[in-house]
Amino acid sequence: MLDFYTVFWREMLSFRRTFWKFTATRLISPFLYLVAFGWGLGRNITVNGGSYLDFVVPGIIALSAMTVSFNAVGVSLNMSRLYHKTLEEYLLAPVSSLSFVLGKVLAGTVRGLAAALIILVLGFLFGARPAAGSGFFAVILLTCLLFAALGVVAAMTVPSHEDMANFSTFIILPMAFLCGTFFRAENLPRAVADLIYCLPLTHTSYALRALAAGKGLPPVSFIVLTGYAAACLAAAVWTVRRVR
Amino acid sequence: MIEINGLTKDYGTLRAVDNLNLKIGDGEIFGLLGPNGAGKTTTVRMLTMLTRPTAGEAYIAGYEVRRDLARVRHAIGVVPQHMNLDQELTARENLELHGRLYKMPAAERRRRIEELLAFAELADRAGELVSRFSGGMKRRLMIARALMHMPQVLFLDEPTVGLDPQTRRRMWDLVRRMNRERVTVLLTTHYIEEAEALCHRVGIMDRGRLIALDTPAMLKEQVGRFVVEGFDGAGATYAFFGTREEAVGYAGTLRESVTIREATLEDVFVKLTGRKVRD
Repeated sequence: MLDFYTVFWREMLSFRRTFWKFTATRLISPFLYLVAFGWGLGRNITVNGGSYLDFVVPGIIALSAMTVSFNAVGVSLNMSRLYHKTLEEYLLAPVSSLSFVLGKVLAGTVRGLAAALIILVLGFLFGARPAAGSGFFAVILLTCLLFAALGVVAAMTVPSHEDMANFSTFIILPMAFLCGTFFRAENLPRAVADLIYCLPLTHTSYALRALAAGKGLPPVSFIVLTGYAAACLAAAVWTVRRVR
Repeated sequence: MIEINGLTKDYGTLRAVDNLNLKIGDGEIFGLLGPNGAGKTTTVRMLTMLTRPTAGEAYIAGYEVRRDLARVRHAIGVVPQHMNLDQELTARENLELHGRLYKMPAAERRRRIEELLAFAELADRAGELVSRFSGGMKRRLMIARALMHMPQVLFLDEPTVGLDPQTRRRMWDLVRRMNRERVTVLLTTHYIEEAEALCHRVGIMDRGRLIALDTPAMLKEQVGRFVVEGFDGAGATYAFFGTREEAVGYAGTLRESVTIREATLEDVFVKLTGRKVRD
């Protein structure tokens, strides 16, 4: 079981090596979102009586936690399976599928958390003051776990590198824009709003926004996220086991 | 050390490996020789559990590869045909990762890493990222990595493909040196010289079947030690003879220009299949 640490150790070795590049890259898109939606578009908008900036920062954190943890695991694992073939080293080794998945997912989670922290700092500089307590970070953590595990599932099942990009475009990108990140999904037509309510990232946005405003953690959102995370982890272990 | 009984692999309607039976002894360097697509790599992939056989069974160090997975993993080292080192890590880190994956204690890991870096002549480049290494250095590191957990059997799939002649000879020395430490080696190759220079015994594969199995010397003896190579206008012709006199006698009857030479494993292959190895 402790083998997951070996897998995690390797990921952290390369993370440490690319830390500044990672930080610089992860600064760019949230910075652009904050400029475009916080300063530009949202300057005179108020949502629920607060500034749009306070509204949008939790949304950007949610979407970054998702994309960073998904891509950190998904893209590199897919490359390692299909292109670099480094996955074979793990498939041959006496390491269980569960340990392998845990190591990869934790590594993706660390990167997702780092990206979220970067946005918190950036948002702070723009003037946002979210109440970021332990519940806030717990929700981010859960979101990262969920999408890192989904990254494993996608990377292990998709037949080519292009399909990995397609998976991102069809699953991740729509969630990034629709799941209550930039606007309230309740205002959409009923059927669409209901559909969006079923998606995991919606609950990340809702939970983070509630917590940022000093309200409690919405229990439904917490349950939905936990359920999705457990399902994705189970699916990830199953896909790795199947490849062996 | 390795025992293969009726191993078969089908890909759809294509039979990649057809009812393979083979025994490889402890401490042997065994070569699987054959053209591309003969089923060598598929055989190695089945023995290393990267591909599931359609039928048959295989034992490595007494353990059946499908039933005793965990034990087989510790008993084998694998060097695949393609480069699969971790490019984001240094040479030392690649070995360290392998040692950790195989649960070696820290002290033993450190000792073994230094030993193998010296063995692969990479000690002075140990802290460099693998992505900066030349092809030959990467190959040597891959062998060092496969030996890290002290396996009893080493699988080398086309170990010198794409290497220049000097580097290839260095690789051969490396294989001989580790064999001296009682590592059994199964290598695949489509280079005849490699099989002749390195292997105690050779199995020739063609279209998924093992068509010959013996020492390189005996195989050549069987087809005839002397070859008369002629040219009939459409392509090369070959005739095999047991003695030099017979070969010279036959050459005298030919009108075109001819070459008389000693047989190589390539001739064995040509005689057995009617085709050249690189076809």
